[in-house]
Amino acid sequence: MTAIPMETGLMLAGVLFMLGLISVMIRRNIIFMLISVEIMLNAAGLAFIVAGSHWAQPDGQIMFIFILTMAAAEVSVGLALILQIYHQLKTLNSDAANFMKG
Amino acid sequence: METAFYLAATVAVLATIMVITRYNMIHALLYLVVSFLAVAVVFLTMGAPFMAALEVIVYAGAIVVLIIFVIMMLSLTREDVEQEKAWLQPKLWMGPALLSFVLLAELVYLLVVAEMPAAPATAGSYVDAKAVGLALYGPYVLGVQLSGILLMAGIVGAYHLGRQKKKVIHRFLQEKEPQKERSAVI
Repeated sequence: MTAIPMETGLMLAGVLFMLGLISVMIRRNIIFMLISVEIMLNAAGLAFIVAGSHWAQPDGQIMFIFILTMAAAEVSVGLALILQIYHQLKTLNSDAANFMKG
Repeated sequence: METAFYLAATVAVLATIMVITRYNMIHALLYLVVSFLAVAVVFLTMGAPFMAALEVIVYAGAIVVLIIFVIMMLSLTREDVEQEKAWLQPKLWMGPALLSFVLLAELVYLLVVAEMPAAPATAGSYVDAKAVGLALYGPYVLGVQLSGILLMAGIVGAYHLGRQKKKVIHRFLQEKEPQKERSAVI
């Protein structure tokens, strides 16, 4: 039953990661960019799970838990930043935030 | 098991493509939930049931709900309410519903048909929660402590950034103060 080849799983992870990367590059809505980062993190975790499943070791799943923790912390801080940007600039366009002012 | 993997992989890729091509954030989030659920099914077929549960709970549950809350906080006007009425049409939720129905069919299949040989037949690549827990609190305990520090920093950072500065609030109030005073007088 271990018939799912590792290459297929890694290919799926690569496709999902590429979709997220493309979305980060083509979208200008800052919430969509955050969602795309989540997609990319998820794809990276999928690659770890595939590798861990191939060698039947728990290490891959542990790396996924760490990625999950990091994604949760990242999304909370990112959403707080988005709220600040929206209150300052009244828009979600990431091109509008092209200046740095304290 | 192999069929379930390929089906879930197809659903994941389709849902992700739909996520990055939507113009409406809530529609994109619907497809994002389906994408995470499909990846959870992929984890299940890969022999990682604990991670599948975590994916559903943390990604499809907590993170998506967090994003939805922020979207709700950002734009809440009367036009949006009117538009939301127009959005609740079958053709809008039919896509995510169809894709998640495929996942539901897979779940039922995995529970009913593949239940018996699940544990022994997938013994080659099956890593259960016990092994993960033993490794997590054995050689990786330093990583657990580090992620605890990371979460603490995340909480403090989110609180600090999410707190609105007095100056910003004051500027808002200044713009709307005359209307409020008039309504108070009336």
